[in-house]
Amino acid sequence: MDVPAIQTRDLVRSFRIKTAGRIERSTVVALDGISLEVAPGQMFGLLGRNGAGKTTLIKILVTLLLPSAGEARVAGLDVVADARRVREKITMVSGGEHTGYGILTVREQLWMFARFYGMPSRIAKQRIDELLAVVGLSDARDRKVGELSTGMRQKMNVVRGLLPDPQILFLDEPTVGLDVGASRDIRAYIKEWIAAKPGRTILLTTHYMHEAEELCDRVAIIHKGNIIADDSPAALRRRAAGGSAFLLTTEPLDGTVALDQVRGVRQAAAKQIDGRTELRLVLDDDGVVSAVVEALAGAKRRILSFEKVEPSLEDVFVRTVGERFEEESEDA
Amino acid sequence: MSARTLTEVPPRPGPYVRLLRAVHGRAYPRVIGVGRDKTWTFYEILLPLLGTFAFVYVYRALHAPERFVGYVIMGGATTAVWLNVMFMMASQLWWEKKDGNLELHMMAPCGLLPILLGMSAGGIFMATVRATSVVVLGSLVFHVSFAPTQIPAFILVFVVALVGLYALGVALSSLFLVWGREAWHTTQIFMEPVYLVSGFYFPVRVLGLATSAVASLIPLTLSLDAIRQLLYPHEHPKLLGVWTEIGILAVLAVVLVWAARTLLMRMERRARADGTLAQGY
Repeated sequence: MDVPAIQTRDLVRSFRIKTAGRIERSTVVALDGISLEVAPGQMFGLLGRNGAGKTTLIKILVTLLLPSAGEARVAGLDVVADARRVREKITMVSGGEHTGYGILTVREQLWMFARFYGMPSRIAKQRIDELLAVVGLSDARDRKVGELSTGMRQKMNVVRGLLPDPQILFLDEPTVGLDVGASRDIRAYIKEWIAAKPGRTILLTTHYMHEAEELCDRVAIIHKGNIIADDSPAALRRRAAGGSAFLLTTEPLDGTVALDQVRGVRQAAAKQIDGRTELRLVLDDDGVVSAVVEALAGAKRRILSFEKVEPSLEDVFVRTVGERFEEESEDA
Repeated sequence: MSARTLTEVPPRPGPYVRLLRAVHGRAYPRVIGVGRDKTWTFYEILLPLLGTFAFVYVYRALHAPERFVGYVIMGGATTAVWLNVMFMMASQLWWEKKDGNLELHMMAPCGLLPILLGMSAGGIFMATVRATSVVVLGSLVFHVSFAPTQIPAFILVFVVALVGLYALGVALSSLFLVWGREAWHTTQIFMEPVYLVSGFYFPVRVLGLATSAVASLIPLTLSLDAIRQLLYPHEHPKLLGVWTEIGILAVLAVVLVWAARTLLMRMERRARADGTLAQGY
């Protein structure tokens, strides 16, 4: 069996922070016993609110932070004891990075990092030119880093991450602040990159649900330092839907004509749009549709459109984190 | 071009080749910056010259012996090295941390030490350009000539002093892995007092043996005294003999290199434990 690309067991990380205006310190638990396993070749997404623990987890995995307790392994290597060897197999690209030296050109900047990874100069320059072409940055290769736009700079950072050909790539909100075109280019290349060689693995954190949906084979939701959901996007959507969801538009209706009273209808919500009524229904199963159609026929309203809908990953996220939030409120 | 047709990355080379490549990589921005940043000449060479020139006029107004002009110019040249050690080495990680470069450096498989060595190599180049400019311009403006005796000893003083000074810079820079503004203040403490006790613009012996002995813990003090002895063998009121000073400087260099390496390892470990390599996790 393959060694997991990423593996954590009961991983805990807490920080002691100064309370504003006070001398005493308090402890904040950023990760609260996370156990996780990512197989080689997977594109794994980590979703969570700000402060949920995503970045802390990544920083431990890329050897920048020590865990308070538990164990973390990357490519089978312990991030504490084998940090140097872990670093040979990984790179990280973060969103909104303003790293680098403004005085260097894009090509020089990337070459410098290639040298930190021990690459020969000629090979480094070849790969830099090739990767810059891939992300559409060839024309800017001799421009100074300090003169790049945010999007160009982030494309350069992505090239930096790919330059040493890492086994595992950590992407911490890589498209934050980018325009649609630049984000799409980066996502397209990331997909191509992971498919090009078996075993390449990506751990992605993002606030953009569509990004996780488009890129990831598997998604985990982290909330207050705990993983509260972990599955494929499709499976998470099914679970979150809690039944079959439909979107109907009909001739104008008065309310929901008591559709929520129809047996098998779990939820019914109506909205008036441009002289039509839009109905959002959650049913026990698809078979309940006939009863809904009958009820509408009884109200003498024609159905103008009919569509089965699946919840988006964003719905899944809001629902999952929201439920957990409600549980916590009740416990309190 | 697609991800499938990229040039393959060759297997990683041995540790020494990797070390040299990392040093080369990090030294590059500093070396290239000397020629590329036009403001550098003004801020790093011409402006600091004014301070040096001011001391020359003080000595001239006092009708001091002409060798004092030489003292001041050599002091000005040494100032270039000291400023480089303090601002471009000791404090550099403060800027690297603020810009997020520090995390990238830490994650590089070469480790932080070769990167700091690269910074030192680039810094030595920058400081040498500036120090040479000070000596050349000072000599031209004030018609001073320098004729060092014992060239090998002269070169040796430079080499051991530079090793010690940049090791001190690495040691101080490691503080920035854990602290921020506090470490900045620590490095600032070294600035002005060192100008005084190291005898930048006068023979250090006038401070008395006890003060000179303490000041000699900074490699600048003995190196300046040795350089002045070699330039003015008969007139300079020496602190110790040249070869004794070279010996002490060599010991200091070894101790400071060891201290820098040890401190760097400890601070790196502590920074990872405390989460101080960047702000906000």
